[in-house]
Amino acid sequence: MEEDILYEAANLKDIIHDPSVARLVINKDKIVSSNIIKGIEIFPEEIKDGVKVKLVVKEGEIIEKPIHLCFGVTDENAVQNIVIDVDIEKNASVSLLAHCVFPLAKDILHKMDAKIHVGENAHYSYFEKHIHSKSGGVRVFPKTIVSLDSGARFKTEFELIKGRVGLIDIDIETKCLENSIMEVTSRINGTDEDKILIKETGYLIGENSRGVLTSRVALRDNAKAEIFNKIVATGAHSRGHVDCKEIVQDNAQASAIPIVEVKNSTAHVTHEASIGSVDSKQLETLMSRGLAEDAAVELIIQGLLS
Amino acid sequence: MDILKIENLALSFNGKNILSNLNLKITEGIVHAIIGPNGAGKSTLASTIMGLEGFRNFGGEIYFKDQPLKGLGVYERARLGITLGWQEPARYEGLKVSQFIKASSKNKDKDSIIEAFNIVGIDYYEYHSRSVDKSLSGGERKKIELASIVAMQPSLVILDEPDSGIDVASLKNIFAAIKYLREKDATIILITHSLEVLKQAEFAYLLCNGTILDEGKASKIRKYFEGKCMPCPHKNIPILSEIGKGV
Repeated sequence: MEEDILYEAANLKDIIHDPSVARLVINKDKIVSSNIIKGIEIFPEEIKDGVKVKLVVKEGEIIEKPIHLCFGVTDENAVQNIVIDVDIEKNASVSLLAHCVFPLAKDILHKMDAKIHVGENAHYSYFEKHIHSKSGGVRVFPKTIVSLDSGARFKTEFELIKGRVGLIDIDIETKCLENSIMEVTSRINGTDEDKILIKETGYLIGENSRGVLTSRVALRDNAKAEIFNKIVATGAHSRGHVDCKEIVQDNAQASAIPIVEVKNSTAHVTHEASIGSVDSKQLETLMSRGLAEDAAVELIIQGLLS
Repeated sequence: MDILKIENLALSFNGKNILSNLNLKITEGIVHAIIGPNGAGKSTLASTIMGLEGFRNFGGEIYFKDQPLKGLGVYERARLGITLGWQEPARYEGLKVSQFIKASSKNKDKDSIIEAFNIVGIDYYEYHSRSVDKSLSGGERKKIELASIVAMQPSLVILDEPDSGIDVASLKNIFAAIKYLREKDATIILITHSLEVLKQAEFAYLLCNGTILDEGKASKIRKYFEGKCMPCPHKNIPILSEIGKGV
């Protein structure tokens, strides 16, 4: 029943009964359901106010369908702590689709402490989508530490574009060994009194390591955002890019601090950051096709956050 | 019938006259060209007709179907049936080609959207899920913008430098779309300094230093423009005695 509520909020009811999809569904501090398939080990453990999970993808295993994780709270008020330890072993490949669903939230504190290790030449892709209530009563603190072995690929996307943000404080740090690649992306839509803090840090330690940190934030009303993106390149021939774009309207406020540090003369790191209103040419083009200003702005923001 | 009438139009920026004493009439259902050298005021005129930000505080009047446009914004003018294709189309990060065209589309149904793709010579299945961003070439964005205009079904289309950034093959698609719009009873104004584009027009105005120097059949204006304005011998400052006398 709780699983149904969470999956319906996440619009994912179809996959509940698919035995070929690995899944773990957590409501507050209870494991609601799970399905484990060949090549994957999941060890969930209920702890105080939350759940601790160890997830292992065994060496060389290629998992075709994304593993589905659902961390939700169907109550109005609660604390949820998720502690997750992910180990993608050498030459394995997997993608995870995580939904964090708080459909009725009035006062919910969701904390996630994640530790991710991606082994040599392994691929790990993680897409986390948050679906919040319209009240703004959610406080989210995801903290993630990632280590990439030689030749590993890591891609993570965080999306919070449905419902009110409330308060979100993202902190992700990635260390990249030689020939590894990281891509970290956040897309958040803030309204009312929402507060958004994003701290993304990448260390390009290994030779030929690559990294991109991307943030896309749209702010309206009195929402506020602070974005701090940093890449430190010490590896020979490492390459990095920091890309931050924020659209600000009404009384919203935004700041972006891209920091690039290069400590090897063969490395190269670039950055771009823009904060401002909707581009007038984009807006006037859509308005010249008959869209009212509000509809045109909505479409532009929808594109930016997609 | 004149769908658009411009009377004594004047516009200045920082004390410099960009358009002055500009008069013209656009006949419904006809393809017109407004031709002139660089800096003549062509794009300014297009922006002023569309009512873009910074181009609304003009002297004189612009009438669309006898309704004065002064005081109307871009959206209001678009709702009357006017639209503009930019010389350099806007880029939209993340916005899908099909979303962009659907947003402009009058009918919103998939068939109309696919038809708009076909008319400008772009493959729906190849392009519909791509983003209207820097991953597309200037020529591709130009065609996609034109597809959005086709889907909108406007009464008056202003195309600013429709051949800008376009290769020869794509130019045929642009001209085919102009022909299609004409067949759908749209009135078209081509803003150009290209003789190739001018050939698509039936009637033309020669714009020089912010005012109309002459008007007439496109073939006549073409001959003058080709002979006297390429290159512009007096850096787009007309010989005053010629203005009003015809060329």
